[in-house]
Amino acid sequence: MWPAVFTIAAIALIAGLGLSFAARRLPSRPGELTEQVNELLPQTQCAQCGYPGCRPYAEAVVADEAPINLCAPGGDETVRRLADLLGRDVIALAEVAPIGHSVAFIEESLCIGCTHCRSACPVDAIVGAHQLMHTVIQSECTGCELCIAPCPVDCISMRSTP
Amino acid sequence: MSAPTYDLGKLHGGLRLDAHKSQSTTQPIMDVPVPGQLVLPISQHVGDPAQPVVGIGEYVLKGQLIAEAHGTLGAPIHASSSGKVVSIEPWPVARRFGEPAPCIVIECDGKDRPVELAEIAPAFDELPPDVLLQKILHGGIVGLGGAVFPTAQKLMQATTCELDYLLLNGVECEPYISCDDVLMRERAAQVLGGAQILMHALSLDRCYVVVESDKPEALHRLAEVMTELDDKRLILKLVPTIYPSGGEDQLVQLVTNLEVPSGGLPSDIGCLVQNVGTAAAIHDWIHDQEPLISRITTITGNGVAAPMNVRARIGTTVADVVNFVGGYTEHASQLIMGGPMTGKSVNTDRVPLVKSTNCVLIMSETPSPGPEIACIRCGDCAAVCPVQLLPQQLFWYACADDEKSMRSYGLTDCIECGCCDLVCPSHIPLTADFRKAKARIRELADEKARAVRARQRFEARNERLERDKLQRERELARQKEHAQAAGPAAIAEILKRKQQQQEDED
Repeated sequence: MWPAVFTIAAIALIAGLGLSFAARRLPSRPGELTEQVNELLPQTQCAQCGYPGCRPYAEAVVADEAPINLCAPGGDETVRRLADLLGRDVIALAEVAPIGHSVAFIEESLCIGCTHCRSACPVDAIVGAHQLMHTVIQSECTGCELCIAPCPVDCISMRSTP
Repeated sequence: MSAPTYDLGKLHGGLRLDAHKSQSTTQPIMDVPVPGQLVLPISQHVGDPAQPVVGIGEYVLKGQLIAEAHGTLGAPIHASSSGKVVSIEPWPVARRFGEPAPCIVIECDGKDRPVELAEIAPAFDELPPDVLLQKILHGGIVGLGGAVFPTAQKLMQATTCELDYLLLNGVECEPYISCDDVLMRERAAQVLGGAQILMHALSLDRCYVVVESDKPEALHRLAEVMTELDDKRLILKLVPTIYPSGGEDQLVQLVTNLEVPSGGLPSDIGCLVQNVGTAAAIHDWIHDQEPLISRITTITGNGVAAPMNVRARIGTTVADVVNFVGGYTEHASQLIMGGPMTGKSVNTDRVPLVKSTNCVLIMSETPSPGPEIACIRCGDCAAVCPVQLLPQQLFWYACADDEKSMRSYGLTDCIECGCCDLVCPSHIPLTADFRKAKARIRELADEKARAVRARQRFEARNERLERDKLQRERELARQKEHAQAAGPAAIAEILKRKQQQQEDED
């Protein structure tokens, strides 16, 4: 009987040491985890989660300051992946506002060249100089809609891409 | 000229299908006359669409460049006959997702006036290989076997590898299609002439001309011409009649017994494959200065009055070609551009013949094989798969949308030959599902690339804002220092000036 007891005890000890080692190792690298969370986010930089971009939101999620269901463009898929990665429960999206794939479009005849939209764009996808017409680089636009509100003449609209 | 050799490698799977070829090979190739209207899609090849260089209302001559190659991968397009450009507009074409594509529409004047040729073309063997490759690029020549990869770019890519063989693909394993067969029967000299040009361009000294065993006449004719040419570099090879032995990688495997690596190209193992039709087109361009403006197409199926092979100008609509062969029969109910296995179903005969159209199949409705039921995991699909994939497993992952597993099970190596569909006892449309899954994988990869770019731009912008802020702070600090150095009198003066300014504004 004793050999069996000792064997089980030895296995439990080794496993316990291993687990405590892992537990100490894993949270010691939050930068890497933030990086992984950031990878899963759609990088629209839309700030709909309340954080100024995808990376800040990733940092908040890792620090347990924000729930994982705030990313509207990512949708349920992103919530599922984040839950997978972080070992949390899958929860419903906080606000169902799927943007779909659309890009901003500036009605160029209306644009007065105020540069407000240009400074609002989180990915520098709007070009144009002061008092000159602006335009959106369609291939770089993430469709975050952050440029729509600042426009004083309401000349920006979202158009779906093929 | 030696007798054809049979020392073949092994090909996994494949199927023996009813050929249905004899109905279209009884007649010689007929020339379709100049139609009233030509419709030339600007994207007839893999890669970036060509850029139109003609305006609406412009008069163009036969063989004139109307759209030039654009981007890193592309091919130019030439007018197939003389006439006036009437519009550049979206037109229904045979494409995977079926939406109309931009086309240049030419109203022909019927005179078929060609462009003036500069002078007599120099013999190809006087040209250095790189000049020859450049010349091929300008002929608008693309792979005519169905993949429509721009030939010049394929050759240029191949020159960066160490090549051993040129393989001329005359296998044409898909049922109903016989355009390469009749081409080899009637224009064997041009095909082999093209092979000689290709060998010169690539500095190769070995070319296998590969023909399927069900084409004895083509084989005979090729052998005759080879005897006349007395070119030791040309070797005739026979492969068994099995579908899909004409697939590029499958052909290489059959002939050399080497497998093309996953995700690789035949040039990785020293082979370059060209279709016999492409070789003939290269010959016509280099020798006779005629760019790729016409091709041989099989018009067949029980839906046309007289199935045959025709030589038609690129851009002739299917309706015009069908009229030429005697119109539809009462059986005609579906129109397929390409063969029954890999072709695309279209719903209008207004679609034009393009460079890739090797066959126009007009058939009665095929009886439905039965309702799709659950996979019973019998493994028949894996037994016939020529790429040795596991379709039942891939189907499983495709249903689960499991991208990672689909990749690791080699979905991207699927050649969409359709063998698994045919043998599936549950009638699951596997190929269609795989096609969708591949499109989904591509979409995900695109999304990923877009996200990476957006992140880089976002980070770069944040860095820039940070830098600007620091610079502003430094500037302010500098000004403050200056003011302090100048003493209290100067500060008082500044404050006074500021106050004055404010008063002025009020």
